[in-house]
Amino acid sequence: MKIAVLSGKGGTGKTLVSVNLAAVADKAVYIDCDVEEPNGYLFFKPTSIDTKKVTVQMPYAKAELCNGCRKCVNFCKFNALAYIANQLIVFDKVCHSCGGCALLCPKKAIFEKEKEIAEIQKGVSGNVTVITGILKVGELSGVPVIKMLLDVQDADNELTLIDCPPGSACIVMESIQDADYCILVAEPTLFGAHNLKMVHELATLFHKPHGVVLNKCLDGQNPSEELCRQEDIKILGEIPYDEVLGLLNSKALIAVRENDKYNKLFDSLLQTVIKEAQHETVVNS
Amino acid sequence: MRIAIPMNDKNLDAEVCPSFGRAPYFLFYNSVTKESEFLDNAAAASQGGAGVRAAQVIADYGVKALIAPRCGENAEKVLSNAEVLIYQSIPGSAQENIEALLAERLHLLTEIHPGFHGKQGV
Ligand code: SF4
Ligand code: SF4
Repeated sequence: MKIAVLSGKGGTGKTLVSVNLAAVADKAVYIDCDVEEPNGYLFFKPTSIDTKKVTVQMPYAKAELCNGCRKCVNFCKFNALAYIANQLIVFDKVCHSCGGCALLCPKKAIFEKEKEIAEIQKGVSGNVTVITGILKVGELSGVPVIKMLLDVQDADNELTLIDCPPGSACIVMESIQDADYCILVAEPTLFGAHNLKMVHELATLFHKPHGVVLNKCLDGQNPSEELCRQEDIKILGEIPYDEVLGLLNSKALIAVRENDKYNKLFDSLLQTVIKEAQHETVVNS
Repeated sequence: MRIAIPMNDKNLDAEVCPSFGRAPYFLFYNSVTKESEFLDNAAAASQGGAGVRAAQVIADYGVKALIAPRCGENAEKVLSNAEVLIYQSIPGSAQENIEALLAERLHLLTEIHPGFHGKQGV
């Protein structure tokens, strides 16, 4: 079972929820898809790390073969190529590595070379297999990295928690594509409710069964909770705002491994999520 | 000398467009014949790399000077390889900017921004 954890922006407790749910399970896989700023591994401190490089193919032209016909320049719909002063220039950061230009060039002047864009680390932390994607600084598209991350662990019957990148851009869509269930983490503010709305729309668009975890709950108004009631979105649980949790978090400790109260809280949250997810699967099949 | 300016409108009295790659039009002005020509910017609607595409067009027109408020690093690379100088525009119309350039009152653009390259959501 694959469970994706998402939120409209960073810092809402997405990592807190996914890390603790993975840690409280008997056995789980945790995948950090927030490749620009992965931080789950800081909590898990995994050992026996196995590293794999993620590369993409970058085109380059051999000047002595190129006749300047510019077919490639006009073809590239990402505008990653320019032909200036009798020379083809490739803009690596704009190129999507589709390979089209190399196929198309009538002079067979375009070749491809490998370029490393990210690293995938797989390690172990107690009961949890921790998989982390780390995008190289300056690399802008994490989408191919997400694809590989989700392929590292192909055991479908294992409980897998996917810590998604914040927001609702295409990298998030890639992250939730194979998920059986989505957990939306929301803060109790107006801005939080706005962000929740965005990810709720995304989950709905992808026909993913989903529910909300209300984080940082205090007494009083919670616009995110109101939104759930209005839109009839399932509330899976609430995480109260308290100092103990904040302190554990700031020390990069995993709450369920340190504190009984949180162990119970996340354990019951996990049971709720699994029940919901199974229920949805039954209903849909 | 050929001069290019990104424009919001096909009009010499219109202001310079704040974006280079995504400007709706380009003005090409010939300082010898004083002729002007407006071109629709085909790159304006592209997914990414609008600056690269627009810079290619500017270079292909044999432009020697581009007047723009800002320029991304990819476009700058194309333009510098094509030996196009980039001048920082001043507030006002295209006409005023052309006069300022010819009177040598414009400065070369020094700040090149790293660009967004579709980072906002594509
Ligand atoms: S298509 Fe091939 S020959 Fe034509 S400009 Fe591109 S690299 Fe050169
Ligand atoms: S590989 Fe695709 S995206 Fe990259 S330059 Fe060639 S055509 Fe453009």
